[in-house]
Amino acid sequence: MTRWTNPEWLERLRGEGPAADEAARELRRILRGSLKKSIGFRPGVDDERIDDFVQDACLQIMTSLERFRGDSQFTTWAIAIAIRVSFSEMRRARWRDVSLDHLTESAGTDTLADSAAESPENAPISAEDSETRRVILSELQDVIARELTDRQRFLISGELSGVPQAELCARLGINRNALHKLGHDARQKLKKRLIERGISVEEIRGAFSLADGS
Amino acid sequence: MKLSTHQYRTLAEVLLKTKPDEITCDEWLDQVAVFAEQIAASRPIPAELQPLVDHVNICPECAEELDALVAALHATE
Repeated sequence: MTRWTNPEWLERLRGEGPAADEAARELRRILRGSLKKSIGFRPGVDDERIDDFVQDACLQIMTSLERFRGDSQFTTWAIAIAIRVSFSEMRRARWRDVSLDHLTESAGTDTLADSAAESPENAPISAEDSETRRVILSELQDVIARELTDRQRFLISGELSGVPQAELCARLGINRNALHKLGHDARQKLKKRLIERGISVEEIRGAFSLADGS
Repeated sequence: MKLSTHQYRTLAEVLLKTKPDEITCDEWLDQVAVFAEQIAASRPIPAELQPLVDHVNICPECAEELDALVAALHATE
């Protein structure tokens, strides 16, 4: 699949004239073929849409050449960017007109009781695990209510509702790195509280019927 | 903010996988090509790529993109 070595790709794409044009055409051909094979079967993805993805991906690739580390095939790196661009656009298209107001609604007073009474994944758990889950839910709700910011609450709720990161970034007006940091800080606070309460990993797994690898 | 039991379960699962040092989605994208080539070739994942493994365990979107990238590499073999 790779027609040129990595340095040849970079030299051609950074250059001008027929060699650069040929490399750009070859890159578009490779990206088009790869996207057709990897996402072309998805609903709403036709040749025209793939051409749009390829065009947007090429723009991003050309402005990101210095980020290529050289430890893989250049084309693999370029396909990875094309896939990121494609998925981001597909995810955003699905959620663009969906209201996310419910993510900022405050919890009802019965949320904790309902949550503690239900059995996740319909798995039977012991009375001890059920009590542990009640404690965990109480602690998590307390941290969420008292220690997280509005933006962190919106992010956590959005992620758990399946809202794509690109859409959350757009609604919060931040980039994906900043979104990750926002979420990571929130997760660290939540995890810290559970550790401070002396709740072990095994107890969390038991309370939510999680597999050992979780 | 109202979460269902299933969402709390997912949150608990993610918290178990949360580490102090995590790479971001953009850092993951910078390194995923070599990671995907290892997977597509059924080669063992080197220790230095473990942060990428950890990342796909907590980021379903990057996991979905990795699957698509590996599929693209398999299709061009």
